[in-house]
Amino acid sequence: MKKIINDVENIVPEMISGLVRTNKNLVRQIDGTTAVVRNDAKFNENKQVGVVSGGGSGHEPLHAGYVGDGMLSAAVAGEVFTSPTPDQIYEAIKAVDQGQGVLLIVKNYSGDVMNFDMAKEMAEADDIKIATIVVDDDISVKNSEFTQGKRGVAGTALVEKVVGAAARSGMNLDDLAKLGQNVIDNTKTIGIALHAATVPAVGHPGFELKDDEIEYGIGIHNERGYAIEKIKPSKELAHELVEKIMDEFTDKSGSYAILVNGMGGTPLMEQYIFANDVLNEMSSKQIDVEYSKVGNLVTSLDMQGISLTIMKADSEWIKMLQEPVTTIAW
Amino acid sequence: MKLELVAAKKWINLFVEKIEDNKSELNELDTAIGDGDHGTNMDRGAKAITDSFAKKDPDNLSDLYKTTAFAMIQKVGGAAGPLYGTAFLDMSKAVKTDNLELSDLIQIGSDGLKRRGESDVCMKTMIDVWQPIATAMKNGNFNQQTINEALNENKAMVATKGRASYLEEKSKGHIDPGSQSSAYLFEALLEVMGV
Repeated sequence: MKKIINDVENIVPEMISGLVRTNKNLVRQIDGTTAVVRNDAKFNENKQVGVVSGGGSGHEPLHAGYVGDGMLSAAVAGEVFTSPTPDQIYEAIKAVDQGQGVLLIVKNYSGDVMNFDMAKEMAEADDIKIATIVVDDDISVKNSEFTQGKRGVAGTALVEKVVGAAARSGMNLDDLAKLGQNVIDNTKTIGIALHAATVPAVGHPGFELKDDEIEYGIGIHNERGYAIEKIKPSKELAHELVEKIMDEFTDKSGSYAILVNGMGGTPLMEQYIFANDVLNEMSSKQIDVEYSKVGNLVTSLDMQGISLTIMKADSEWIKMLQEPVTTIAW
Repeated sequence: MKLELVAAKKWINLFVEKIEDNKSELNELDTAIGDGDHGTNMDRGAKAITDSFAKKDPDNLSDLYKTTAFAMIQKVGGAAGPLYGTAFLDMSKAVKTDNLELSDLIQIGSDGLKRRGESDVCMKTMIDVWQPIATAMKNGNFNQQTINEALNENKAMVATKGRASYLEEKSKGHIDPGSQSSAYLFEALLEVMGV
């Protein structure tokens, strides 16, 4: 394993320190935590419902990169691929509550759900109003009562963008939670891996794929997918993913947003090639794509791979996706 | 049988040792059906327990379990942090006024796990170790075999909770890492009980 790090134990605090020190005008670190909160003047001028997200580290720029005017109020970073702890989440909630309550955006993993739940109980004991939405956009996982349910992956960035825009416009906590849930229900993602991620504390890739193999349906923590196949041209990958995802939408009318997301080790060049193929595929199906985004938004350390997210989005949501924000990474 | 402060402290300290000694094994188990960091996370919690005891040596049972719970909640993260944390926090509350029979204490811990994880036995989680041990204690036949059998049964299960549940049938044949770390907790307890 070759990584630009010091001590494996200090990866997260050192990363957060670097992130905050290079973006002082945008974010500050909450003392004694690895949580960051908005540090811009508008944060205190324009009072709104707080929006807090967080999760394990290794998915940068998610979530700290999306803290700022128009997106998240605070983000809590856990250890690599490990949920943050309730005390840290609780500190972030307290730092952003401006009297209108706080919405928690949680990705659907048992650890995240439990830790955010404990933090919610702590904050409610302080009479802070809390609502939680759980993102579960990964349709490669069967949603049955016999599993944890679908995972939260790249669609989380789009959810944070829409919810963040609505919160800035002054939407109240209950409506924000309803909107968030509605967005989640209309956001679907599948990922593919060319090479697994190496968790620094483990030191080797989470799984092995042969040089000419790819795996469909992987998660963002090296969770295995649903099929291993030979690598194909980008347009065939785009065809496979668009077909699978669009199958999940019963009503294919209306407008859509797409996110082509790099997993951390895949060049932007390849991401644009794939995005081009996705748009071709969508137009051949006469599906109206009104918003597109490409980039490393929700990564999985050094994983080589890509994910495609498709969101069925009405004109209001498209507008909210397009609105400018002041963050490190959107 | 009841565990008094000195013995209970020995129990937790032995647990800490076992976690530190088996950090890589827990990581390996977690690599098979999870994300490979259960050992690293538990080791961080174990060190936090040691640090907390060094800072303020707990002088009553409730404090001992509470300190253990807080160290786990604040330092382990993932699912294991809130689960171990809830179990020990509930145990701490239960012994606030009077010490309890060990079987009742472990049952309270097991119930805490069920509540926090919204889960039960046979889902391939820590509960598959905690619950049979609480039951065996009640029946007066808790020993190493109880732990071994619990792990064997857990190994054969298909996970329906937590990250391993995504593997469905493929989760069979692996021990759930949280169950293995719980097994260390109860092996430490056996040593303290002198069984």
